[in-house]
Amino acid sequence: MSAAVETAEARTQKLEGLGTKRKRVEDARFTQGKGHYVDDMKLPGMLFGDLVRSPYGHARIKSIKTDAAKALPGVKAVLTAADLKPLKLHYMPTLAGDVQAVLADEKVLFQGQEVAFVVAENRYIAADAADLIEVEYEELPAIVDPNKSMAADAPVLRDDLAGKTEGAHGKRKHANLIFTWEVGDADGTARALASAEVVAKELIVYQRVHPCPLETCGCVASMDKVNGQLTVWGTFQAPHAVRTVASLISGIPEHKIRIISPDIGGGFGNKVGVYPGYLCAIVASIVLGVPVKWVEDRMENLIATAFARDYHMTGEIAATKDGRITALRCHVLADHGAFDACADPTKYPAGFFSICTGSYDIPVAHLSVDGVYTNKAPGGVAYRCSFRVTEASYFIERMMDVLARRLGVDPAEIRRRNFIKKEQFPYQSALGWEYDSGDYHTALDKALAAVDYAGLREEQRKNRDAFARGQTRKLTGIGVSFFTEIVGAGPIKNCDILGLGMFDSCEIRVHPTGSAIARLGTISQGQGHATTFAQILASEIGIPAANITVEEGDTDTAPYGLGTYGSRSTPVAGAATAMAGRKIRAKAQMIAAYLLEVHDDDLEWDVDRFRVKGAPERFKTMAELAFAAYNKVPPGMEPGLEAVSYYDPPNMTYPFGAYVCVVDIDVDTGVTDIRRFYALDDCGTRINPMIIEGQVHGGLTEALGIAMGQEIAYDEYGNVKNGSLLDFFLPTAVETPNWETDYTTTPSPHHPIGAKGVGESPNVGGVSAFSNAVNDAFAHLGLTHTPMPHDHWRVWKTAQRLGLTR
Amino acid sequence: MAKIHLKMTVNGRAVEALAEPRLLLIHFLREELGLTGPHIGCDTSHCGACTVDLNGQSVKSCTMFAVQANGAQILTIEGLADPGGTLHPLQEAFREHHGLQCGFCTPGMITRAYRLLQENPNPSEAEIRMGISGNLCRCTGYQNIAKAIHAAAERMNAAKEAAE
Repeated sequence: MSAAVETAEARTQKLEGLGTKRKRVEDARFTQGKGHYVDDMKLPGMLFGDLVRSPYGHARIKSIKTDAAKALPGVKAVLTAADLKPLKLHYMPTLAGDVQAVLADEKVLFQGQEVAFVVAENRYIAADAADLIEVEYEELPAIVDPNKSMAADAPVLRDDLAGKTEGAHGKRKHANLIFTWEVGDADGTARALASAEVVAKELIVYQRVHPCPLETCGCVASMDKVNGQLTVWGTFQAPHAVRTVASLISGIPEHKIRIISPDIGGGFGNKVGVYPGYLCAIVASIVLGVPVKWVEDRMENLIATAFARDYHMTGEIAATKDGRITALRCHVLADHGAFDACADPTKYPAGFFSICTGSYDIPVAHLSVDGVYTNKAPGGVAYRCSFRVTEASYFIERMMDVLARRLGVDPAEIRRRNFIKKEQFPYQSALGWEYDSGDYHTALDKALAAVDYAGLREEQRKNRDAFARGQTRKLTGIGVSFFTEIVGAGPIKNCDILGLGMFDSCEIRVHPTGSAIARLGTISQGQGHATTFAQILASEIGIPAANITVEEGDTDTAPYGLGTYGSRSTPVAGAATAMAGRKIRAKAQMIAAYLLEVHDDDLEWDVDRFRVKGAPERFKTMAELAFAAYNKVPPGMEPGLEAVSYYDPPNMTYPFGAYVCVVDIDVDTGVTDIRRFYALDDCGTRINPMIIEGQVHGGLTEALGIAMGQEIAYDEYGNVKNGSLLDFFLPTAVETPNWETDYTTTPSPHHPIGAKGVGESPNVGGVSAFSNAVNDAFAHLGLTHTPMPHDHWRVWKTAQRLGLTR
Repeated sequence: MAKIHLKMTVNGRAVEALAEPRLLLIHFLREELGLTGPHIGCDTSHCGACTVDLNGQSVKSCTMFAVQANGAQILTIEGLADPGGTLHPLQEAFREHHGLQCGFCTPGMITRAYRLLQENPNPSEAEIRMGISGNLCRCTGYQNIAKAIHAAAERMNAAKEAAE
């Protein structure tokens, strides 16, 4: 047999398993324009929906006139709250235990809020009809600053919650308070702060931004009235959860609902939640009995779908004179907008923000978060991050620099002095997390050596001298950030959404000729799951990745899972894939033992086959065993070769990394030039280095956008000031620098293959590296903190404030 | 609304249709002709997902009426591979260099890069970056896109030299 003479190395190569830079199987269709996104769908008789939205931030609806719209030829239906009320569908539950208006009932609470839904023969007629709907409003005073939400005389925003003193997370002390959440040791932290040698305090605001995937949100809902079957194709990052929620809301039995996520044009957290447009399309399809498509435009996406961040964080960090941190206190004022539609595990109203002790061994800490309503769009999603980890990382990494300035210690050195040491893992943080593994000193040292940090600092010193002598008008900033993430939610004991435990799943069928299909509860939005999950499986079961189809996103065929966000696909579904693969291999081993007439224990695994220990010429390949599974199984064994694994992770994973950013700033124009950006990531075992690098490039570019120019800004009336790509900053190829990537590998001890997840790391670590670099450029002039985004105008203002005028 | 008689050549194929004057070119291509490669990302001509090649120029088909394309020669991503099915070097290079992730910007990006290389067969990295600055990508950070375009340019130039 020819296979017998092939070396183990050659056979391993053929598998294209773990660690190989396998080219993506997705690319053939995307590069030829044959992707299948939701707006590409065309079904017989399909109608188009369009939404009428509020022009006001806060107003009472006095009347809605729909006659002219209904009379327009081609219009099939108009829905308002009055139509949804009898069905009890005018409000829907949010993922955060609140409710959200599907179509505004009596009041509008943010600009862009959904007021009416029109359905017509095509999108042009639908838009015409939307224009013909006359809504009379009485404008009310708006709250746009969350600091004013809980004022004694603040207008009450949520009339629908009148008399409701209990929120989803305890007592509501004010009509505009959603929750107060506390973690840690308040007294111990207060004592440590009171007796500290040094305390550094700073207000750090992480501005409201938007994930802005290139494809907006949308769906096609199709009610088959004959069979009572509802099918919805849509931009869903969590299709199974959407099915359950749709069933609970609509009363349609769950087996009669099929949710399909086709190709998704980027998600970044924007496509986790359920939006009113989806529900309107579903109701319209049920009413009219034909498919209804609703796809929002970019302005709708930016002003009405889930924003991210808007965290106002006050930090106090206590330390000894030589820079050892003794305590950390943080208070967050969280602006959740008009409805609490945050996507967090139920028990964590501020997500995993309590990872805010970062990579540091901080003995005592306390965190309190007040979530408040304002007249802004709902959301608060994890934009390329695991539930508020980006906010936490930005907070602690800015605070570390603030402390370093205060003490006159180098920012890299202050980090090194306070790192959790390698031998302290698994490490219990003061705010309750168990960090699985890490080697921070090695990572930082490697990063500093790679960029010649000492040389950069020396260059910066010379440059500052030259600046002082008037020989240059440019300042150089060096930003160091060291982040620790917490990703891969479950475990179920801690993490659920609407009572659904945050496990994930994989089901594998091996076909008789030795190829296979794997189906997962997750859904790729560009991460390349079809490529990488096949690699995990190839290494586990010895079938070439090229012979394994990976399928996700169809709730009728895929096993139940909680979906893709929070970097959970690899930590949870990736683990399920490995575990299901091991079940396949265990059964194959029994079949091999039977065929080779030896005991199971006399066999050993060899890349793609089982061989007899001590007699390597006696073996059965996985392809042979697959065929045997369908005709020659041991007596008493069921035929077939299938397995399913529902994986409840024992812990989350804790990826980390060291980033260094060098920026040159022209103080007369505020123009910033990212001269260099070095990113070292440790995501544990690396499945596909090519894809990891691509994820890092992309995440850093999103971080660049956030740090250097992005903000969803409101005026005092609640008008969004930048609701299109004309003035909402997304980096182009020109502003984006070349990224230098690097890595260390510290496997997760509890994950079956040691992988930790990487997609969000660069966003989590990147933002603070940029921001620290900008702050660092002015540090010698007394600046400790200047808020993001660091666009040219703001940077120029900072320079002016520091007296750097000509 | 009175419809207007349109004639154009799309991916080498003669097309005739009646279209409302207000119909956008992107909707005509996607919904009337079924060419769903070009996408709609922003509606305001900033993102370039809808980029097609029209009479030898890159245009953003979301900001142009179909009637304005009357008589035009249009090339979309679907027409880039040769009729025998051999992929264009740009299509190969984007895969080879991991120049795409979610794939939504990819058709517009490749179509834009195609015109860029027609106009400048040896672009520098800065010229590539400037040349695609009207096309936004939210996934890749552009680095591998620039690499892919550079690699495709080299391959196309080598093929041209070999043919001469």
